[in-house]
Amino acid sequence: MTENSGGILSQRSIIGLYVDEDAAANAMDGLKAAGFSESEYEILTGTPYPEGTFGEAEPVHKLYRFPLIGAASGFIVGLVLTVGTQLSFPLVTGGKPILSIPPMAIVMYEGTLLGAILFTIFGIIFESRLPRTFMGAYDTRITEGYIGVAVTGEAGKMGPAEEALKAAGAEEVKRGWEKG
Amino acid sequence: MQEHIQLTQKEINRDLLSGVLKSPKWWLPAVLVLLVVFLIGAAAFGYLLNKGLGVTGLNRPVMWGVYLVSFVFWIGISHAGIMISAILRLTQAEWRRPVTRAAEVLTVFSLIAALLSAPLVHEGRPWRAGFPIPWIMPWDFARGIWPNIRSPFVWDPSAILTYLTASSLFIYVALIPDLAILRDRLSGWKSGFYSVLSLGWRGSPRQWKLQAVAGILLSALVLPVFVSVHSIVSWDFAVNIGAEGWHSTIFAPYFIIGAIHSGVAAVATVMVAMVWLWGWDRYLRPDHFDAIGRLLIVVGTTWFFFFFLEFVFAMYTLEGPELAMRDLQVFQYPWSILFVVFLITAFFFPVPMWLLKNVRRSMFWMFVTTLSVNVGMWLERFIIIIPGLLRRQPLVFDWGTYHPSIIEILMVAATFAWVLLGLLIFARIFPLIPLFDIKEGMVGREEIKIGRRKVAASIRE
Repeated sequence: MTENSGGILSQRSIIGLYVDEDAAANAMDGLKAAGFSESEYEILTGTPYPEGTFGEAEPVHKLYRFPLIGAASGFIVGLVLTVGTQLSFPLVTGGKPILSIPPMAIVMYEGTLLGAILFTIFGIIFESRLPRTFMGAYDTRITEGYIGVAVTGEAGKMGPAEEALKAAGAEEVKRGWEKG
Repeated sequence: MQEHIQLTQKEINRDLLSGVLKSPKWWLPAVLVLLVVFLIGAAAFGYLLNKGLGVTGLNRPVMWGVYLVSFVFWIGISHAGIMISAILRLTQAEWRRPVTRAAEVLTVFSLIAALLSAPLVHEGRPWRAGFPIPWIMPWDFARGIWPNIRSPFVWDPSAILTYLTASSLFIYVALIPDLAILRDRLSGWKSGFYSVLSLGWRGSPRQWKLQAVAGILLSALVLPVFVSVHSIVSWDFAVNIGAEGWHSTIFAPYFIIGAIHSGVAAVATVMVAMVWLWGWDRYLRPDHFDAIGRLLIVVGTTWFFFFFLEFVFAMYTLEGPELAMRDLQVFQYPWSILFVVFLITAFFFPVPMWLLKNVRRSMFWMFVTTLSVNVGMWLERFIIIIPGLLRRQPLVFDWGTYHPSIIEILMVAATFAWVLLGLLIFARIFPLIPLFDIKEGMVGREEIKIGRRKVAASIRE
């Protein structure tokens, strides 16, 4: 299989490491000027920075939908569990009605919140694009304070990317690979 | 925050991963001692299973003894995590950063300790009821028997298991960036272990954004669960019309604020232990103890207000059963002694102490006062539950008393060992202080000059 045949090794990635926020931001500008689209490069940091520190676009996500769907699902499960089980085993205790609203509300309340929380957790992982099997170009120094600018694209684009990264003052440029 | 300490990410990694990358000398002996205490408690439980509830001090009319005291106590401690983590996250309090994870971990192990304290052991021969929890899970399909949701013993586990699930997942999500740091620092199977757990985290802006939103969103979702858990625990008592002293509408908020009082105090105790054991005094500064001390003054005073209301309104009715219970609590030996000790240790000693700035900024005094709170809060549950069941009044058939047996004492001691063991083992595998949170705080921290004074400032979005 050749590098540009569109197979699993058709994509390449490269990363430049910076110690300074401004240099990393300049690298992002340089890549943009070299014709790279925003989906082809990303900034990697070991700590959260304020949005837009490096001139990157604000990430868009749909996380807020997940707890709503989860809450609705949890409520329905709670309703079915409380109504269904009591009707299936209609044992009168303490003269209370078979379908007694106050205790049902408690179990349904917990079911609603459990559903919301489980779906939120799922949403966080899904929207974070995790789990990620292929790390691509990466350097362990990022979690020690270095700032990485990673570029992913066709093998032919790696040359211009390397030039842009070096021009911005990268401490080191490393190559990695991505799946196709 | 008035102190300005600026550290690099490398220094933060080195300091806060010290307990994970290398075992401290005291760690193994401490774990072994706690393990022995826990195993003795487990053996006592085995003996209880073999012989039945006769080996405990439980007898009519006191069928809920120290098991239930321990259950309510640990549920109370578990409120620490959410009080500190969720509320401080939502209000963006800067001093939360080194505290949140330890508080959340304390929540999880306390909740499991609560489950170990009563629900799984209290029935004595659990297999007869269909081990482990037949009255919760609809499992007996063949006979068409389903849980009775009108019983508080179904409400309890539904709330506690929701809280346990939510707290555990909350910890995991907030751990992912720190797991990636460990993945990058280690090699071999250890790196592989943290690689799997960190799910391929790289630290892109999208991932950081989702982390920030997750912290807020999960805090907002866990808070209603937190309120429900101790409310429902209080209803185990309050919906019982047989034990008149418990039948009170104020029990839910009274239990919640009591839980927060003991939980926040427990977090402060753990904070001191973190400094003493791991030497993290650059992260847990006197400012942090000052802040939690101020919070404790508010929480402790509010709790005392609720205690006062509950006590006075119960007396105001002049109903016989209430007066009989209060008489037991306040005037009859040995409850009277316990009542005085409870009041002093839970309120009259620690809260006035926290009014002093030197006490709030002293780790030794914070350790002593916060430990005192939890001695008092354990006694509070004891004098609610036991005199509440004794019901010494005319026309009551059973007059008895209650002494916990050695089996009960060993099993309660095992729950304490379990929580400490859990914290120590967690701290050996995962960082107990969230590194990325500390680093984020450093990014936005600056020392600014105002006139002739330099003041530490925190900038956030």
